[in-house]
Amino acid sequence: MSKTTRIIEVKDLARVEGEGALHVTLKGDVIEHLEFSIHEPPRYFEALLQGRSFREAPDITARICGICPVAYMMGASQAMEDALGITVGGPLRALRRLVYCGEWIESHVLHIYMLHAPDFLGFEDSIQLAAKMPAVVEKALRLKKLGNTLLETVGGGRAIHPINLTVGGFYKLPTKAAIKGLAEELKWAIEASLDTIRLVSTFDFPPIERDYTFVAMRHEDEYAITEGRLISNRGLDIPVQAFHDHFEERHERRSNALHSVLKNGGEYLVGPLARYALNHDKLSPLAQAEAKAAGLGKVVRNPFQSIVVRAVETLQVCEDALRIVENYEEPDDSCITVTPGAGTGSGCTEAPRGICHHTYSLDAEGRITKATIVPPTSQNQGSIEGDLWDVVKANLKRPDAELQWICEQAVRNYDPCISCATHFLKLNIERG
Amino acid sequence: MGRKPSLAVYKFSSCDGCQLSLLDCEDELLAVAGAVQIAYFLEATRAVAKGPYDVGLVEGSVSTPHDVQRIQQVRKDCKVLISIGACASSGGIQALRNFRNHEDCIKAVYAHPEYINALDTSTPISDHVKVDFELRGCPISKHQLLEVLNAFLNGRKPNVPAYSECMECKRKGTVCVMVAQGKPCLGPVVQAGCGNLCPTWNRGCFGCFGPKETPNAASLGDRFSTELDMSGKEIKDLFQSFNANAPAFRTEGERHE
Repeated sequence: MSKTTRIIEVKDLARVEGEGALHVTLKGDVIEHLEFSIHEPPRYFEALLQGRSFREAPDITARICGICPVAYMMGASQAMEDALGITVGGPLRALRRLVYCGEWIESHVLHIYMLHAPDFLGFEDSIQLAAKMPAVVEKALRLKKLGNTLLETVGGGRAIHPINLTVGGFYKLPTKAAIKGLAEELKWAIEASLDTIRLVSTFDFPPIERDYTFVAMRHEDEYAITEGRLISNRGLDIPVQAFHDHFEERHERRSNALHSVLKNGGEYLVGPLARYALNHDKLSPLAQAEAKAAGLGKVVRNPFQSIVVRAVETLQVCEDALRIVENYEEPDDSCITVTPGAGTGSGCTEAPRGICHHTYSLDAEGRITKATIVPPTSQNQGSIEGDLWDVVKANLKRPDAELQWICEQAVRNYDPCISCATHFLKLNIERG
Repeated sequence: MGRKPSLAVYKFSSCDGCQLSLLDCEDELLAVAGAVQIAYFLEATRAVAKGPYDVGLVEGSVSTPHDVQRIQQVRKDCKVLISIGACASSGGIQALRNFRNHEDCIKAVYAHPEYINALDTSTPISDHVKVDFELRGCPISKHQLLEVLNAFLNGRKPNVPAYSECMECKRKGTVCVMVAQGKPCLGPVVQAGCGNLCPTWNRGCFGCFGPKETPNAASLGDRFSTELDMSGKEIKDLFQSFNANAPAFRTEGERHE
């Protein structure tokens, strides 16, 4: 093969949340340069939060991301609760998990069917998919809608930037009747999730496996979402407050996003594959059995199979949500009384894309003096580029258009949320 | 049947929530996709049809030198241009930088300020090009979005009220949280549209939909101070959130400290 230069370039990646790009330069069969960059404009949330009341942080940080606002609201709330010495337990904690289950269902189903499945089936988008497989898309939309209904029922009437979540709990409790009314659709959703797992497990997965450092939260009693310790498959086991002792954010020239790495271990991976590998034993018996039937081992190292893991996680949270709904008893108060004061606290939850970590310092009046927010996609940037490296090497013989598409698909494996990470991405493929 | 009208959806500086509102129209999405040709919508499709487009929806604010140029091309490519959301119609939460030193904001977040290429201000789309309709909200209401799309595709005026949130409370019979509970509420000066959410959920309105037409923000600000004992900083912060840069809120916010 001649040593001509090939450039594969995607200036504006589609079917991702936010603005990112990919650039690959090939000289013959050698990758000379590979870069995944985030060109979402900076929005300076951590600076804008300085001087604001601790009570405003959940509503302000929600605006980092329209797809996973609950992750921000919950992380901010828990960080404030940590700083002020408050613990939210019992039925209020269960309601928090329920609203978070809604966000997982809405976000995972959006990604599985509308953003990612079209790649496996050779469609440009879910509209083409809907024309060929209308029943599948109609079922997907109903499932996604259920996620939004959970968000609306607990979160205060709307799914994007819900208004009912606050430090210490909620502004108003949903009625018992409204919560119990979710049960029938959740029973349907469990069946629809099983269909989803069975559908996506039949897709062709490019045979790429990588030896990731997985990082996720772990909780003894549940598949961790709202709280837990941070653990890895390489011996990390820390409370969320110790995050910044073990991880650091670096600022690369190409990006408006900060790039998070393990101080003594380099790149790591957060999100569905990490959670699944580290918490397989905490999945429900049905989710474990369905994962096995779908051909998944207890650890999945092929990033293209993340779509199957998302489907398994969708089943898990539908089951969790149903259990919470069936056991729900209205608490006495919607919110724990919070007294402002000085302190520093951290909060970390599993956003659909991976851990989302917040740290705030407060003055005596409860005003924010320092804010540090580490979103999932900035943590996955290193892994995304690592995957792309292997994907390009394995697909060099393909024509540019095909190589470009599989690179895009590899990025979409991460369901990257670029709006979050800025505070994402650019694909050019150059061949030479 | 003639050619289907084409729809383009653009993103500037934003959280993606307003364009997600379109994908969140689960019951109507396939009907919308049947009524229009989705010609450019990166969050939903990698297929791009050539412009010009009949209707363009713009999410996000103008906050980089590249945005300033790109919005001009977007305007040229769209027969009708509709800005959607608080970022596109006022500058968004990121317009808080307009009240601060931009360099300090960059240094507070980024280790290498020299890598960042952004404007000192975040501004609405209408500061740069003619906008045919501004749809408010943080996020927008999907029902209002469908109404606006329907109106423009059928050549009629959108039925989107410019009156206050208070009107929604009265109509729904929601007890006033400011009068009955002494909770600060921006309802009297904020445009209706969210569906009367916060007062129904036992909290005061915090301004997602921006100023109503002809708001008397100064009167409300004074009442916060005299009757609710709010500090200047608290009043300022309440006006300075997602629509901080909307003129009526900007003026009132700057009056307090």
